[in-house]
Amino acid sequence: MTAVQNAIVTQDRLLDMQRRMHEIRLFEETVMGWFSRALVRGSTHLYQGQEAVAVGVTSALRHGDTTTCTYRGHGTVLAQGAPLDRSFAEILGKANGLCGGKGGSMHLTDFSVGALGSFAIVGAHLPISVGAGWAAQLLGTGAVSATFFGDGAANIGTFHEALNLAGVWKLPVLFVIENNLYGEYSPITATTANPNLVERAASYGMPGVRIDGNDVVAVFEAAAAAVDRARAGDGPTLLEAMTYRHSGHSRSDPAKYRPAGELEEWLARDPLVVAERRLRDMGVGQDELDQLRADATARVSDAAERAMSWPDPKPEDRLDDVWVNR
Amino acid sequence: MTATISAPAMVELNYRKVIARALADELATDPMVVFLGEDVGAAGGAFKSTEGLKERFGDRVRDTPISEQAIVGTAVGAALMGLRPVAEIMFADFAGVCFDQLVNTLAKYRYTSGGQARVPVTVRMANGAGAGFGPQHSQPAENWFLNIPGLKIVVPATVADMYGLLRSAIRDDDPVLVFEHKNLFAIKGRVPAEPDDAFLVPIGVADVVRGGDDVTIVATQQMRHRALEAADQLASQGVTAEVIDPRTLVPFDLDTVVTSLRKTSRLVVVQEGPPDGGWGATLIASISSRYFELLDAPPTLVASDPTPVPYATPMEDAWLPDAARITAAVSQLIRY
Repeated sequence: MTAVQNAIVTQDRLLDMQRRMHEIRLFEETVMGWFSRALVRGSTHLYQGQEAVAVGVTSALRHGDTTTCTYRGHGTVLAQGAPLDRSFAEILGKANGLCGGKGGSMHLTDFSVGALGSFAIVGAHLPISVGAGWAAQLLGTGAVSATFFGDGAANIGTFHEALNLAGVWKLPVLFVIENNLYGEYSPITATTANPNLVERAASYGMPGVRIDGNDVVAVFEAAAAAVDRARAGDGPTLLEAMTYRHSGHSRSDPAKYRPAGELEEWLARDPLVVAERRLRDMGVGQDELDQLRADATARVSDAAERAMSWPDPKPEDRLDDVWVNR
Repeated sequence: MTATISAPAMVELNYRKVIARALADELATDPMVVFLGEDVGAAGGAFKSTEGLKERFGDRVRDTPISEQAIVGTAVGAALMGLRPVAEIMFADFAGVCFDQLVNTLAKYRYTSGGQARVPVTVRMANGAGAGFGPQHSQPAENWFLNIPGLKIVVPATVADMYGLLRSAIRDDDPVLVFEHKNLFAIKGRVPAEPDDAFLVPIGVADVVRGGDDVTIVATQQMRHRALEAADQLASQGVTAEVIDPRTLVPFDLDTVVTSLRKTSRLVVVQEGPPDGGWGATLIASISSRYFELLDAPPTLVASDPTPVPYATPMEDAWLPDAARITAAVSQLIRY
C-alpha cells in the first residue's frame, strides 16, 4: 500500500474512528462515575478530550505493531482494540481484568492487541518502544512501535535518551506527544523553556510534525505518513498533537488553575464534534450519527455491567506472576 | 569391552575473558540473543571483557550512547518482542542512573501485566571495591536490589561460575542481574574448549567450596577468596571451616547453609559492603529466626564500614574485610 492510499480516510473508516472515540469517551465517563462512588481505588487519569490522538494514530497501525502509553492510557489501549469489559474489570480490580487486577487504572496492558502497556512513571515507556523498534529492525518484521506521552514527559531524561537512540539507530518508532498544555497541574509555559516541543525533533535527526490533535483525520494522516517512513527504514518521527484534557490531572484535581474560558474554547473543538462535522460533510445523516452513539453507549454499559459482575481476585493470587520460573 | 567417555578438552581463561566467551557461546547458540551497551562492540568493552563479539555477531552487538535508561529500557522492549537481550551497565554504580528502569520497569513488568509479559533480560555490571576507582566506581551494588521482587541476582566468584552462571542467566526467562567483580578479572580457571551445556551453573544453587566441621563461612565474590585464605590460616590452628559460596543471592539457597550448620553450629557471613540492609544481615536473620536451635554461638557478620568506598590504598584496604578479620571472627565464635 502506498503512502497516499494508506492515508485516505473513507467514510467507513471515519465512522469506525468515531465509534471508537465514542466508546473511549463513554468508558471514561463511566470510570469517573465509579470514582465518585468510591468503586475504584487509588487514583485515575482520564482521557476525555484527547480521544482523536489515540484513535488517529492507532488507526494507522496494523497487526504486529505495538504501542506504549502513559498512566492516562485507557484511551490508547482501547483504541488499539483491548476489550471494554476486561479493561473496566482491571480498573475495578477484578480477577478477569486485563492484568488480573495487579495493575489497575495506570497499567492497562493487552499484548494480544499489541498494547505493551500503560506506564505509571512519567517517560519510562519511551525506551520500551525503542526496544520494540530495535527488535523489529533486527528481526526484519516490518513492525512499527508508537509511544504516546504528554508534554510533561518531554522534560524527563528518558525523552532525550529514547529519541536520541531511535534517531541514531534509525528505528521504526513514532514518538507521539499528546500536548494537552499541562504537566500535571502546571502550564507548559511555566515548566518548559521552549514550549514549541516539535522543534526538538531536529536535535534527534528526525522530522517533527505539529498537528491538530483534536482532528482525528489530521492525526491519522500525519501518523500514516510517519508509519510509512518507519516501515521504509527511514527512521523515527516526532508528532506533536495539540489537544486538551477536559478534566483535571487526576481525580483529586478540580483544575482551578485553568484560565476562564479556556475549557469552553476547547470544548467547542471537541474531537467528537470535529469528527461529526466531517462525517456530516461526507453526507452521513444525523440519524446514523445518533445511532452510532447509541450503539456505543449500549456496548459500553453492557461491558461495565459485565465487569462489575465478575469476581474479585483471591488474596493468594498476589503471589503469582512475579517470576516465570523460580 | 569397556566404553570410554572422554573428558571434554579444557582451556584456561581468566575471569575477564570468560565473560566474552560465555556471551559468544550464547550468541552462537540462540539467534535471539542480542547484546548492547556503552563501548561493548567496537572497543571490546571498557574492561576488554567483550572483545571480538562485534566482529563475530555484527548487528546483534550494538554500541549505545551513554544512556543507561535507554539501554535497560531498550533491552526490556526488545525482550517483549521475543529477543533475549544482554545489557551492559559499565560500572554497577551506574545502576543508580537507570534505577527506575531496573526496579519499576524490568522487575515489575511481568507482575504489572498480570503475567502477560516475559522479560528475559540479563543486565551485566562491573561490581565491587579493591581496584582504586573511588566512591562512585567501586560500590558492591548487589544489595541495592535485594528488596525488589522480580530480579534474580547472581554473583560469580570464579571463572567456571562466571561462565556457567552468565550462560544460565541469558537462558533464564526472568530478569537476571549479573555482578562481575572487577577485582577478580585476573583470576584464572578452566572452561570447556568448545561450548558445552554440561558446564552451565544453575541459578539458585550454592557451592560448598571447602568442607569443614567447626564453623560455616558464607561469602561471595572477592570475599569468597578471602574466606578461603582465612580457612587456610584456621586449619593451621586446628579449626576446620566449611566455606560456602551462595553464587546466587536471589533466589537464595538457604538449604545448603542449613545443612552445613547442622554439622558446624557456627555461622560467619562475610559481606563486601556496609553491614545494614544486605544479604548478609538477611541470611543471619533467616537462620536466627528459623534455625536458632542449630546454633552454638551468635551468628556473626563481617562487613565493610558504613561509609562510601574510599580511594587511597590504605583506606580502601581497611574498608574491605580481609582474611585476618574473618579469622578473628571465627576464633571468637569458637571460644564462645
